[in-house]
Amino acid sequence: MGVIRSFKKNFSNFFKKLFNKKNARIGIYGPPNAGKTTLANRIVRDWTGDAMGSVSHIAHETRRARRREGVTIQSNGGSISLDIIDTPGLATKIDFHEFMEQGMNEAESKRRAKEATEGVIEAVKWLENLDGVILVMDATEDPYTQVNVTVIGNMEARSLPLLIVANKVDLPESSPSTIREAFPQHPMVAISALEGKNIETFYDEIAKRFG
Amino acid sequence: MQGIQMDLVSEDRLAKMPPVEKIRFIIDEVKSGKILVLEKGLTPEEEATLIEMTMTQIQPDDFAGIEMESYPSQPDGSLIGKLFKKNVVRTRLTVIGPANKLKTLKKDRDMISALVSNK
Repeated sequence: MGVIRSFKKNFSNFFKKLFNKKNARIGIYGPPNAGKTTLANRIVRDWTGDAMGSVSHIAHETRRARRREGVTIQSNGGSISLDIIDTPGLATKIDFHEFMEQGMNEAESKRRAKEATEGVIEAVKWLENLDGVILVMDATEDPYTQVNVTVIGNMEARSLPLLIVANKVDLPESSPSTIREAFPQHPMVAISALEGKNIETFYDEIAKRFG
Repeated sequence: MQGIQMDLVSEDRLAKMPPVEKIRFIIDEVKSGKILVLEKGLTPEEEATLIEMTMTQIQPDDFAGIEMESYPSQPDGSLIGKLFKKNVVRTRLTVIGPANKLKTLKKDRDMISALVSNK
């Protein structure tokens, strides 16, 4: 417990130094099904004991941005407060037939597709209102997607801090080194948000990047 | 003759357009079934705007969105860029087409392989 408490203190200190203000907005971005909500849930649960949203294997399960304000971290008698924004998966195309393949009827599939398009719009708009981004990639997939390229490009253009997360390293086919080689100019940490593997290193990397 | 029209758009052609007009031009062309290859490519901000505007155009059974691929942009290392502008990026070629006609097969830092289908 002492190690965790010490680690949390360091984490909060680094964030405090970085943003030097309260309620810094950190967006969690990535393509659908990369594990964004699973990671958001873990962050919020670690610091508040709560959760942010439901997780599903169906793409675009998160169709509205979820904002958890004031995730307060106590440190050395003081505290900092973060806003964690779990965004819908970014995509350039949404075909309602893909929802039908998941067993939904046509009307429901079309409704979900429409909601998904609205979610992508919301996610893009949030890009302009953030203090930093955690970009979640599925370590079992090819990292050179347009979504990843676009998010990274936007953060670079705005000179905002970015941390790449290679998620799902609990799966045997995962290859986080492929992600590291694809975007060597940015820090990357390999984790399993689902199992919590390497999660303390994840927080430590946030601190190093943003501190 | 049946086929798919592919337009190779020069840097000069797009440079003359204001940003909104540029995005509108791209969406209109892609919705009409064309595949565009932009010589200079789009800035990351333009790419985000294009994604956002594309989402407003999606209609079931009509338009499912776009396939877009570009190489990662690179910092502008020129002296002029360093002196007068901050965070200038050099954009590189971008390929954009209707999602039902263009499919990316493979992409890496310097190579895009795409399949064009008329189905």
